Amino acid sequence: MLDKVVRALTSLGRSVTDRIWRLGFASRFFLAVFLYSGTAFRRFHLTIREIYFTGVLSLIIILVSGLFVGMVLGLQGYDTLQRYGSSEALGILVALSLVRELGPVVAALLFASRAGSAITAEIGLMKATEQLSAMEMMAVNPIARVVAPRFWAGVISMPLLAALFSALGVFGGYLIGVQFIGVDEGSFWSQMQASVDFRQDIVNGVIKSFVFGVLVSWIAVFEGYDAEPTAEGVSGATTRTVVTSSLAILAADFVLTAFMFRGI
Amino acid sequence: MNRATLDLWVGFFVAISLVALGFLAMKVGNLSSASSGETYTLQAKFDNIGGLKPRGAVKSAGVVVGRVSEIKFDPENYVAQVTLQIDTRYKFPRDTFATINTSGLLGEQYVGFEVGGDPEMLKAGDTIKKTQSAVVLEKLISQFMFNKASEPSAGK
Repeated sequence: MLDKVVRALTSLGRSVTDRIWRLGFASRFFLAVFLYSGTAFRRFHLTIREIYFTGVLSLIIILVSGLFVGMVLGLQGYDTLQRYGSSEALGILVALSLVRELGPVVAALLFASRAGSAITAEIGLMKATEQLSAMEMMAVNPIARVVAPRFWAGVISMPLLAALFSALGVFGGYLIGVQFIGVDEGSFWSQMQASVDFRQDIVNGVIKSFVFGVLVSWIAVFEGYDAEPTAEGVSGATTRTVVTSSLAILAADFVLTAFMFRGI
Repeated sequence: MNRATLDLWVGFFVAISLVALGFLAMKVGNLSSASSGETYTLQAKFDNIGGLKPRGAVKSAGVVVGRVSEIKFDPENYVAQVTLQIDTRYKFPRDTFATINTSGLLGEQYVGFEVGGDPEMLKAGDTIKKTQSAVVLEKLISQFMFNKASEPSAGK
């Protein structure tokens, strides 16, 4: 009986220390990426190549989902607002919800599943096929050569993708609201401009997406680098990237929103 | 894929993203209508500011001429002290009347300037002497009710 209790406590303790150890390892890895990012900027074509894979190839999914999210916001927002006779406020609703929340968050979620998982799988497979060890044998630091360019490519791409998402979303809301339903075009834009503040709304949205970019890229490269060098290990790491970064995005979004928009 | 094509695609990506950001700033946000940033400060004291908030508009003749930058409570006189940032392009006479108005029935509140005839203009840091508080709807209704109740009814 006592034996069982001791064993249960031991396994509980081990799972907690394992998690804390892993968090510490992830933090040291984060510092190491910063320390060795010199190469990623000195040989910037390495980073550009990764921006192509993470940013340019995510364009289609970001643009299409942005457009559709904006169109759905237009339909749903109009349906609710016209009950209060204020359908002209549709522009405010679409623009504020996209710029403040949906743009950064949904773009980051899409980015995590589209690009984050690919980064993890690529680095994990490089590890499984011992390419990373081979680099170390040739005195090439794999963190500088492989990890840092991918990390910085993610950090650079994320705010750009989020801005595209928001812009396409506003356009989608305009298409549905003004062209399809027939909200007055002048008041749609002028009410939007009157209540969307550059510093308060747009800059805060960009800051949010930058933070999400750091989080997603960090989690993706860490999971890849930390993956067990087997087929199973890589697939598990890819799943963990998507799950962990989605949770991290939503949690960080709450914290950032609590600091940014407290209603003055 | 060779390097020139990669560069081209990445350049294209960055360019359209910057265009999107510019669209957000100019067309969606208020950066295009924001003033050049040259402002001067005026103070005004109100008995009651109602729902006025920092960043609220200051309007004269319906045109936005400045913003509310700070609202403080003055513990000596028990009034609200409102700091206004006014665009340097606009000067107002010394006897300008500052009122708190509401745009529409349920709209947000703003500070309205009704211009007087004094030849001297307000300088930076001056305090506007003549102010009128926000109209609180509940007070208005209760006043109306009391007046009605105190009137002798017609039947007696």
